[in-house]
Amino acid sequence: MWNSASEFFAMGGYALYVWCSFGLGALILILEPLTVRIRNKTIILRLKQELLAEQFDKESRQ
Amino acid sequence: MSQVNNFSNNRLVNWFKLSSPSTFYPLAGKLIPFFWALTALFGVAGLWVSFFVAPVDAVQGQGYRIIFIHVPTSWMSMFIYIVMAFWAALGLIFNTRLSAMMAQALAPIGAWMAFLSLWTGAFWGKPMWGAWWVWDARLTSELILLFLYLGFIALQASIDNARRADKAGAILALVGVVNVPVIYFSVKWWNTLHQGASISLTKAPAMAQTMLLGMLLMALCFWMYTIAVALMRVRTIILEREAHTDWVRQLDEVKN
Repeated sequence: MWNSASEFFAMGGYALYVWCSFGLGALILILEPLTVRIRNKTIILRLKQELLAEQFDKESRQ
Repeated sequence: MSQVNNFSNNRLVNWFKLSSPSTFYPLAGKLIPFFWALTALFGVAGLWVSFFVAPVDAVQGQGYRIIFIHVPTSWMSMFIYIVMAFWAALGLIFNTRLSAMMAQALAPIGAWMAFLSLWTGAFWGKPMWGAWWVWDARLTSELILLFLYLGFIALQASIDNARRADKAGAILALVGVVNVPVIYFSVKWWNTLHQGASISLTKAPAMAQTMLLGMLLMALCFWMYTIAVALMRVRTIILEREAHTDWVRQLDEVKN
C-alpha cells in the first residue's frame, strides 16, 4: 500500500489531520497513567512519613 | 451458633467481601500488568490494521484513517459514562465505599475519551466538511458529555466530606445518563451533518471487513487501557481515603 516511508508520513495529503489526531491521542494515553503514578507515589510517601513520625513519637516518650 | 452467616460464606466468590477496599487493593495490583499487556497487544494489532491493512477510502483518501481513533474514543466516552453511573448508583444504593471510588477513578478517563473524540472529530471535520466545529446535534451532545464528566469531577473535588461528595456526584452522574442515548440516536433524530452509525446492531456493517476489524481492535485497546488506568487510580484513591486504617499501615509498600 505504501511505497516509501515519506509516502506513509504524507498520508495522501492529510498528514496534518491524521498525525494531529493520533499524536495527541498517543500523548494523552501515555501522560495519564504517568500522572496517576505520581499521585500514587505521593500518597505512599506521605503514609511512610506518617508512620515514621509515629515511631519517633513513641521512641521519644520512652 | 455455627449457622450464622452461612448465606455469604458458601458462595464460590464472596462479592461483598470483594467490595471491601482491603481485599480489592492487592487483587487490583495483580491485575494491572495483565491489562497493560492486553492494551499493548490490541494497540499494536489495531494500529497495524489501521495503517497497513485497511484499504484507502474511495471518497476520503487516506484522511479517513482518523476513524480508527475517532470511533473507538467516542464509543468509550459513552460506555465509560454508563459504567461510571452504574458504580455511582451501586454506591448510592448499597452505601459501599469501593463503588463510589470506582466511579471517581473512571471519570477522568471518560473525560479524556470525550475530549479525544471531539479533538479527532475536529481534525476529521476540517478536511472533509471544511469546518473544525459545527453546532450539530451529535457534536453538541458529545460536548455536553464532556461537560458532564468535568462537572462530576469538579463537584466531587469541591466537597470536603468524601461520603457526601460521593452522594452528590452519584446523583449528577445518574441524571446525566439521559444524555448518552441522546448522543447515540442524535444522527437519527435530527438532520445532522455527522454521518450515521458505521456499525449498528441490527444490520450488516456498511464498511470493509478490514476497516471494521481495525476499529474493533482499537476499541479493545482503549477498553483494556481504561481498565488498567482505572485500577491504578482506584488503588491510589483507596490509599488516600483509607490512610488512617491499620491495613494500609501494614502494607509492604508503606512499611518498607
